[in-house]
Amino acid sequence: MNAPILRTFVAYVEDKPGVLNRIASLFRRRNYNIVSLNVGRTHEEGVSRMTFQMEADDDSAMRIEANLYKMVNVLSIEDLTQVQRVVRDLALIKVAATPERRGEVLQLVDIFRARAVDVSPETLTVEITGDQDKIQGMVNALRPFGILEMVQTGTVSMSRGPQGRAAQVAHSPSGTPQASRLVAAE
Amino acid sequence: MEPAHSNPSTDPSAGRPTAEPRQLTGSEILWDALVNLGVDVVFGYPGGAIMPAYDAMIKYPIHHVLVRHEQGAAHMADGYARVSGRVGVCVATSGPGATNLITGIATAMMDSTPMVAITGQVPSGLIGSDAFQETDITGVALPVTKHSFLVTRPEDIAQALKEAFYIANSGRKGPVLVDITKDAQQKSCLYSFDASPVKLPGYRPEPELVPGSIQQAAAMIAAAKQPVLFCGHGVIQGNATEELLALIDKTKIPVAATLLGLGGFPATHPHALGMMGMHGEAWVNQAIQESDLLIAVGMRFDDRVTGNLKTYAPNAKKIHIELDTAEINKNVRVDLPLVGDCKAILRQLLPAVKAPSIEAWLAHIGDMKGESAVIDIQELPDNGKLYAAHVIHDLWKLTDGKAIVVTDVGQHQMWEAQYYKHDFPRRLVTSGGLGTMGFALPAGIGAKFGKKDAEVWVIAGDGGVQMTAAELTTIAQEGIKVNLAIINNGYLGMVRQWQQFFYGGRYVATPMKSPDFVKLADAHGLLGLRATTRAEVNEAVKRARAHDGAVVIDFRVEQEDSVYPMVPAGADLHDMIRRPKREATEHNPIYETGEDK
Repeated sequence: MNAPILRTFVAYVEDKPGVLNRIASLFRRRNYNIVSLNVGRTHEEGVSRMTFQMEADDDSAMRIEANLYKMVNVLSIEDLTQVQRVVRDLALIKVAATPERRGEVLQLVDIFRARAVDVSPETLTVEITGDQDKIQGMVNALRPFGILEMVQTGTVSMSRGPQGRAAQVAHSPSGTPQASRLVAAE
Repeated sequence: MEPAHSNPSTDPSAGRPTAEPRQLTGSEILWDALVNLGVDVVFGYPGGAIMPAYDAMIKYPIHHVLVRHEQGAAHMADGYARVSGRVGVCVATSGPGATNLITGIATAMMDSTPMVAITGQVPSGLIGSDAFQETDITGVALPVTKHSFLVTRPEDIAQALKEAFYIANSGRKGPVLVDITKDAQQKSCLYSFDASPVKLPGYRPEPELVPGSIQQAAAMIAAAKQPVLFCGHGVIQGNATEELLALIDKTKIPVAATLLGLGGFPATHPHALGMMGMHGEAWVNQAIQESDLLIAVGMRFDDRVTGNLKTYAPNAKKIHIELDTAEINKNVRVDLPLVGDCKAILRQLLPAVKAPSIEAWLAHIGDMKGESAVIDIQELPDNGKLYAAHVIHDLWKLTDGKAIVVTDVGQHQMWEAQYYKHDFPRRLVTSGGLGTMGFALPAGIGAKFGKKDAEVWVIAGDGGVQMTAAELTTIAQEGIKVNLAIINNGYLGMVRQWQQFFYGGRYVATPMKSPDFVKLADAHGLLGLRATTRAEVNEAVKRARAHDGAVVIDFRVEQEDSVYPMVPAGADLHDMIRRPKREATEHNPIYETGEDK
């Protein structure tokens, strides 16, 4: 129960200057190592959503949540690790592909349900969405051709089922109370 | 007992009739807002980027204490806050003025002191250009503040201050920085103070209790055979002394205190054990190790308190009453966390608890205490020299245990904790978490402003006092009576002690020459005294108390004396270095303080 596992957290934060810095500074100060981080706006004005992943055991996961919960600009924080969720990453991979080898690459792209989004006489750019396993699979398959450039968005995640908290945190004056859940007896 | 000070910004009754909006400069808004927030004294130092604010200050009923170094301003605000329970305010200019505050801000952060630090910043158009005296102070201060604001428009100044005061003094308290650009101070806007409560959607300072947990705690207490309750800083900051007393009167559970918790529960109460931890008394640490239930109130299981975590109180169930969720299970795994305001939780707990049967346990602790006291009396080196313990014990007796004592960091701090018995909250001011040398003298000045009719004694070592000795001039300029007791042993004593114990006795960079402190006092127009024997201690303290003005006393104490008992860093809590055995059999009353009331 207490071995570190890869955790996925979602934080709703105020869309204000310096908020990302505050959160990054907290991670650094408490010695939490971020595996992936993604920030973007939500459909609610003034609310940004942050997805981040890090290796943590149960205790540290709880303290990560608690430390974020304390921050004035953090509206809500949830640990999605144990809940039914959709997890996606998007990667763009530029691979060496002369006209002769282009067909081979496109076949692989097809197998991975990826898409070719750009082509030049010497290269082909592939867009792939999925979880990390799938993206790594694509990378491994393309590696023999020569990967020239690659970029990933960072993981984003959303729980399955009902509405998320963005509307709630945007309109409720006190955000979402949740401290009791953080320390509830096991 | 000090009354609880409510935060003016959140007290609805404080809503004075809203004045008609007026056209004011940002500087005027700054002071008007501070007056509305209940501020009557600030500690600061002027400079270029904060000059407009200083220029406007004169129009407002706020006393400004001119410090000699901005670090002093932050420590003064800290001392003021700890004694009064109100938010302490310090002011500095941009760049070096702001960076000089950092040690004081970090000290306040570690000890959860409510403080608002106001700094000037270069004009907003110059931010990022490496302008003269520009420092990204909100960036620098980020890890050592509870929150911070960068204000670039006069319209935002009052709101930022209001939020800063609310954040600083609610939940787990702490320092908040408000950095205001020079142009925001100079520009004008329509303004009236808005006294409505602060709304911060992401800030929930007081978490709600898990239903049923009070009953669970009561059941654990009723079943305990060997319980110990811990009184931490939270008891003092949460003004929960009365509630704690009521709980102990009902349950008779013995109470150990952390360094910052001293005074939260009366030291001379029959169920008070004393201080726990690295320099806690042997019976206290032994009782903790043998206990079957620890009830920790407003403390965070700091490493100086627990020793080796693997062997810490191995048979004890743990109840943790704590305001900060992030402290739960951080160092010590607890069985029942009660997250919330300790005053409210103790109030709920009181009717639910039943007194456990612990007569045998109390008798056992009494035996350990007696054994310790006897050994300690025999082991005291008594050869007519002056020991720091003498000084502090006598100071305690002569001040009737009622002075506000402000200590620095090191040996004298631990001796103070051992020998000055604090029976009242908010009368010991010390830097616990950060352990900041140089804290005492400025914090003592702040304490005096926090409680003007109190007798304030600053106790500092010869090392620490030299770090901020320039603030003696502040005492002189303000004409306040703050007595300074220098425990002068010619060494950086605590480091010397560690060198003696753990570094083969190599005294590297610890022997220290000091100025003639009597002459130094004289140079400031203060009374300087010296004591080298125990008889002179009495005389000097009496003379200092009777003197109309600040007094500096140079206590020349035994040079190579050490603080005992001691749990070496990281050792098991019961693995203490006890007071050394000596041949002398003559009793020395200092070690009889267990009985010497």
